[in-house]
This record gives sequence, structure tokens and C-alpha cells, in this order.
Amino acid sequence: MSIISRRELLAKVGLAGLAVTINREGRAQGTEHEDPEHHQGEPGGVTSESAEPNYLFFNREEAKFIESAVARLIPTDENPGGIEAGVPNYLDKQLGGAWGAGERLYLSGPWQPTRPGLGYQLPLTPGELFHTAVKAINAELTTSGQPFWEMSPEQQDDYLHKLEAGGIDLNGVPSDIFFTQLWGMTIEGFFSDPVYGGNKDMVAWKLIGFPGAYASYYDVIDQHGINFHRDPTSLGQSGGHFMPDPNIPASSPHQ
Amino acid sequence: MATVMKEVDIVFVGFGFGSSMVAKELVGTGLKMVGLERGFPRYTSPDFQSPEIHDELRFAVRKAMMQDNVREAITLRHSPDQSALPVRRWGAFLPGTGLGGSGVHWNGQTFRFQEWDFVWKSRMQDRYGKKFLDSLDLTIQDWGVTYQELEPFFDRFEYLAGTSGKAGNINGKIEPGGNPFEAARSREYPTPPLKEQYNGALFRKAATDLGYHPYPQPASNLSVAYTNPDGLKLNACVYCGFCERFACEHYAKASPQTIALPILLRSPNFELRTQCQVTQVNRDSSGKKATGVTYYDAAGREVFQPASLVVLSMFPFNNVRMLLLSKIGDPYDPQTGKGAVGKNYTYQTVSDVWSYFDQDVNINPFMGSGAIGTMIDDFGGDNFDHGPYSFIGGSYLLAAYTGGRPIETHPVPPGTPKWGKGWKDAVIKHYNHTGHILVHGSSMPTRRNYLDLDPTYRDAWGLPLLRMTFDFPENDLRMNRFCSDRGLEIARAMPGSKGVLATPRQRPFDVTQYQSTHNSGGAIMGTDPSTSVVNKYLQSWDVPNLFVLGASAFPHNGTYNYTGTLMALNLHTADVIRNRYLKSPGPLV
Repeated sequence: MSIISRRELLAKVGLAGLAVTINREGRAQGTEHEDPEHHQGEPGGVTSESAEPNYLFFNREEAKFIESAVARLIPTDENPGGIEAGVPNYLDKQLGGAWGAGERLYLSGPWQPTRPGLGYQLPLTPGELFHTAVKAINAELTTSGQPFWEMSPEQQDDYLHKLEAGGIDLNGVPSDIFFTQLWGMTIEGFFSDPVYGGNKDMVAWKLIGFPGAYASYYDVIDQHGINFHRDPTSLGQSGGHFMPDPNIPASSPHQ
Repeated sequence: MATVMKEVDIVFVGFGFGSSMVAKELVGTGLKMVGLERGFPRYTSPDFQSPEIHDELRFAVRKAMMQDNVREAITLRHSPDQSALPVRRWGAFLPGTGLGGSGVHWNGQTFRFQEWDFVWKSRMQDRYGKKFLDSLDLTIQDWGVTYQELEPFFDRFEYLAGTSGKAGNINGKIEPGGNPFEAARSREYPTPPLKEQYNGALFRKAATDLGYHPYPQPASNLSVAYTNPDGLKLNACVYCGFCERFACEHYAKASPQTIALPILLRSPNFELRTQCQVTQVNRDSSGKKATGVTYYDAAGREVFQPASLVVLSMFPFNNVRMLLLSKIGDPYDPQTGKGAVGKNYTYQTVSDVWSYFDQDVNINPFMGSGAIGTMIDDFGGDNFDHGPYSFIGGSYLLAAYTGGRPIETHPVPPGTPKWGKGWKDAVIKHYNHTGHILVHGSSMPTRRNYLDLDPTYRDAWGLPLLRMTFDFPENDLRMNRFCSDRGLEIARAMPGSKGVLATPRQRPFDVTQYQSTHNSGGAIMGTDPSTSVVNKYLQSWDVPNLFVLGASAFPHNGTYNYTGTLMALNLHTADVIRNRYLKSPGPLV
């Protein structure tokens, strides 16, 4: 098993735009079709499944920030974290989709600064918010000499705490508002159904014991304290529960 | 130029629980009825089936069944001297949309307000004195209808819904196992209580030890299969844990889809039109008679639907907005106190208590149902003497996990870091080992909390948004604090509790944090046309052929979830329309 650095891989495949994930052991992986030898049962349990998503929304620099931030927000330790769960992919697909474009967001002006308890008042869609904030973060940190992804974990945590505390202006986005969105969507990406691109293989549900989308507990709910272990199920799996009643017509009476 | 439809006898604006049940009660009269719903049609099959419906992100977090803020938001400010900002995303409350409205995704929690709720001002004055009451600076009023008048309609709704519960007071006789504080009912619930959760059983033990009276929460998610008086069948709940914000795939939740639409859609005299946005109630030149409503259909065409009787049955604050947009009645002015439309807007005062257990106590919160609680009413309403205290009203204390959906439910003890390894470890450690008690309390009206039209922000049809001016009165924060402390005592006494946390309600009102969707008032009922908008039959004082259903009629909001009570008022109205109004249209009071 050969180990190559990210730079060597980039040079090898001649694609400067290829985004590559640095896993926690510092080894590079490309996408499967580029370099198949890296995806055969590597020690440490990192498989091709953890490889880079196809980013449709984040550019390469944004993706690097997001991946490094997620790796601190829900770190990998003896348990899988946000990276294994595919949270960056979830964020990418949500922000690049209808939600990111402003679904369900009242976007008419005039614009007034928010006040306690009155919620989000910026004229930015979630997608615009992320692009604006992350670009500003990357620009500022690159200028000061150390991009976020090159900091140590402790330095990264410090920086995230600073964002969280507010007071940093990210090209118009207050950093605490950006942090709140990032953290909220990270939780979503960790715990939502895998069909949305996060919670890969239901790792997060397995960690807490949430059984997932198949849900019918009539026979066990009154067995108080029962140690309920069942592999979780996702919307993406077949075998959804349906309880037919022969007396109720299967089709809508309106048709 | 508006298309003019053929005249009908009744047009319903908004087709949720209120409209659908009232319309159903009028089937068989031969009346031609049209129901107008802004949202989409949807039915148990195929639209509510699992596993697709068990999608926390889509329905609970993204709020797929709720009013679309892009088209219609509201604005909010905390007091009349401030400017209002748009509520750009829902948070604290989630107004529903679509056929069936909130009746599709409600939790099925079915209560009756207390006898004295309907004579609240008289009762408070008699018990505590005018001086005490005046010192609280609340604008409470009597409702103009009594519990006794409504009792048959509470009963009717519960039997149509198949509500599962245990009576605590049948005709004055206290029954063991039920709520000894409840208003007297004429008979037992139609189906027995739901199974009890572990969280509820632990609460029951603690509450009993402390001398309180725990009882099972009344649930319109049924415990057993049931055939209602209309011959409609409901199934037993399977405790899937995807109730509020979700639709029921099992026909186990009472909703317009299960207990009203099957009858309505069979009736040749009823027509449903969806994707129709009503923008105005039209009146004749006298201003005292409604001639019908104007709406925009799915293709954006303007349509006028003439009708002899107009029934508004939208989400409560949307009813108020419709009256204001249509210029019906005098808008309330907080400076002068004059005018009634928009007055006495109220909400619900809620907070949480948590109890942390060891790893061997498996709470299994995901085994849930919408109304599966074990609760006490010892501190509800006026069930206790408020003499020593400086507030009126009260809260019930409820132990219930309606589900354990992890994006929104991952409790951690105080002191846990907000993110990172410490947060993750705490979530793993506590997710399945934490108890919860909800403190759910009344909401008192003040002269400064009200609804009107926003001067600046508009909806997708170019009409002014509703402006909500609201913050919690001191009275309610004191009440919540008191009840939260009682909840904390119970949480500590839950067997195995190793730690507790309470988060009493604070000011300012935070519209980003979910609390309750029991927005009420603004088109209140009463006996005096100068201080109310509708009479005891929910008939407009200004326009006798206009009825305004639902919780917009509440002069205050009581301790309990209000669906049962608003449905009793609605069925009372249906009864008077059927038996009195049609024979001789005109003011009923």
C-alpha cells in the first residue's frame, strides 16, 4: 500500500482542481476512479466511502474550510464524527439546493438590524450567507498567513469560538449568525436521514440508539426500560411500514 | 375582471379542522357549500404514508406542512413603541397550511378548558378581589358563553374524534384514575387511555409521592380501533414517534382527513377548491352584509364567489388579518383602548424541565405518540388558591416524549460544551437516559399585546402582512416561574434522577425557539359589541352573515391545548346555524 501526499496525487493526476480529503491520519485519497489502490481495506478503517463528495456548491477552498470546521464541531474520536457522517456533503447539497436558494424564507425588504428574539434579518439566502462568510474567513486567514485547515486543532477550536462569540464582520455577515447556521446545519447533517447526504450509514443514529424511519412500537412501549437494539432504518430502504385496514379504501375518496 | 362563480349558500375560508367539521355537521341540510383552501389537497393515502412521512428534516425542521413565509409571513415587535420586523422563518409557532390545516399535523392533545375559563373575569374578581385584579393590569373578559352550554359539544367532538382518556369527573362524581380537577363531563371518554411511556411512569411515581394527582393525557391518537358516530373508522396508534408536524399514515389520528372529509366528499352539495387564496370578504353598500369572498385561484386568476353566509376558519391570526384587510369592524387602538379587531391577542406560556438518569435507565423517547403524556393539573388554571401569589392562571405539568427525533431532541445536562467532543460525548451519554417535563400554561391578555396590519411589509399578493405586538406579561412569567419550580421538585423526585435542569420562560419573546402553536384572540367573543368582535355563536357583531371560527375568539388562552375547546365552540356554532340561523338569518344575539 503506497502512501502519497496530496500534492503528489495532484501532480500525478494533473488535475489542479481535484479536491482531496485529508483524513485524520494525514493520508491523501482521491476519487475512486483516479487511484483505485487507495481503496482496498486501508488500516484505520477509512474506505472509499469516506472519500470526497462531489461538491456542487462549495468551491475547493470553501470545501476545505467546511471539512476542517466540521471535523472540529463533531470530531472523530473513538466514535465516528461529522466527517465520517458526511456532513460536508449534506451541507453542500442543502446549500446548493432549494433550501440554500431561500426556500421558505421571507426575503422582502426593507432590511432592519435584528433585535433579541426577532430572528434572522439579513438579505442573504443560506447559500449566499455561506459563500459570503466562508470566503471572508478564508481571505482573512490566508492574508494573515495561516488558512483554517493548516491550523492545529486547538487553534481551529479557538477560531471557531471567536466566530461563535460574534463581533467579527464577515463581509457583512456577523460571525455569530454564520456560526449559528453552520452549527445548526451540522447537527442536521449528522442526524438527518441518510437520503439527504449526511448521517452516512446511519452512523449518528447508531451512536445514540435512534431506530430511524421504520417506527412502530406498539408492542414494546410499555416494556419500560427495555434495552431496545435494532439496526436503524432509513427512508432509502425498502420495507416501509404500512398498516392496511380492509374497511378503509386504499385510494383517496376524492379520485 | 373577476370571474363570478354561481352563488352558494355557504363559503368557507380556509379548510382545516374548523371548517371541515362545521361543514360536515351541515351535510344533509341541502345547503350548497364551497370550501376554499389556499394549500394543496392531500389524503392519508397516498400522501401521508410511511416511511416517507417519517422524515424529521423535511417535516419537523424544514416545516413542509406549514405556511410558506415566502408568500405570507407576519411581522413581530415586542411593544407598540417599536418597529416590527418580519418573521422571516417560523420558529416559536408553526401555522399550518394545506387541506386539513393544522388538524393534519397536530398532536391530538384534547382538553376542555375549565368551567371558570368562560367566566374568567367574574371568577377572578369574585375570588381575589377587584384591587388584586386591577394591580395585574390585564384585559381579561368573560366569554359570553358557559361551559354548561358547551358541554354537549365537547362531548360531540370527543366522540367524533374517538378521544382516548380516563374521565376524572362524571356529572360531579370524581372518578379514580382521571383528572379530579377537570370540568364535569356527562360521560366517559369514547376510548381508554394510551399506553404509558416510561418517562410518564417515572413522573407518575414522583408526582404521587408528592401528593399530586397524575392522570393520562387525553389523546385523539387512539388507543384502540374505533368506529365513530358517523360510521368512520380509526385505527389504534402504533406509537411511531412522528406525530406533531407529521401526518398520520395509520388513520389513528383524528383529523379532517379521517373524520370529516370522507363524509364531505361524498356529499353532492359540497365542493372543495384548493390552491385558492382568499384576499377579501366582500360586502354590500350598507357594509352590514357579506356578499361573498374574492380569491385568486391556482392560476392566479381573480374569482368572486358569492355566498349567503361566509365562514372564516383560518389559522387564528389569519382570521384577524382577513377582517382587517376587509375593513370589517373597528381595529383595536392600544393608545385609546378603542376598537375590538386585533384586541386581546394571546399565546401560551411554556417551558421545560429535564431529569438526567444513569445509563441503565432506558427512556426510549422515540417510542412516542402525540398525546402520550402523564400529567398533573394541580397547578393548572385556578385549581389552587392564588392568594399568596402575585399572578393568576396556571400550568399543567406533563411528562411526554412525542418522539425522540434526534435533530431536535438531544438533551444534555447543564455545563455541557455547545459543540465539539464534549458535546458529542454528552449527547451519546444522555440521549436515551433523560426525562422531560413540559410546563404548559395560560396566557393573559394585556392592552399592549394585539394584532394589526403592518405598514411596511407585504405578502406575495401585495397585501399588508399581519403585525403582531406581543411579549409575555409579568403575570405570566411569575406564573411560569412558580409552576416550573413545582416541575423541578417532581423532576428531582423521579426515581433514579441524578440531576435536573429547568429553563423558565423569559422575556423578550423569542420567535426563533419553538414554544407552542396556540396563538389566540384578536377576534374575541363577548357580550358587548364595543369590546368584542363576535358573539357567543362566533357571529360577527358587524356583519351577521359572517362567522369567525376557532381560537381567534378566545378572550384569553387557558392552561390547556385549545383544540378541544375551539372545536366545542365551532360545533356549538354549527348547531346554531343548522337549527336557528338558517330558519331566520340575522343577528342571533
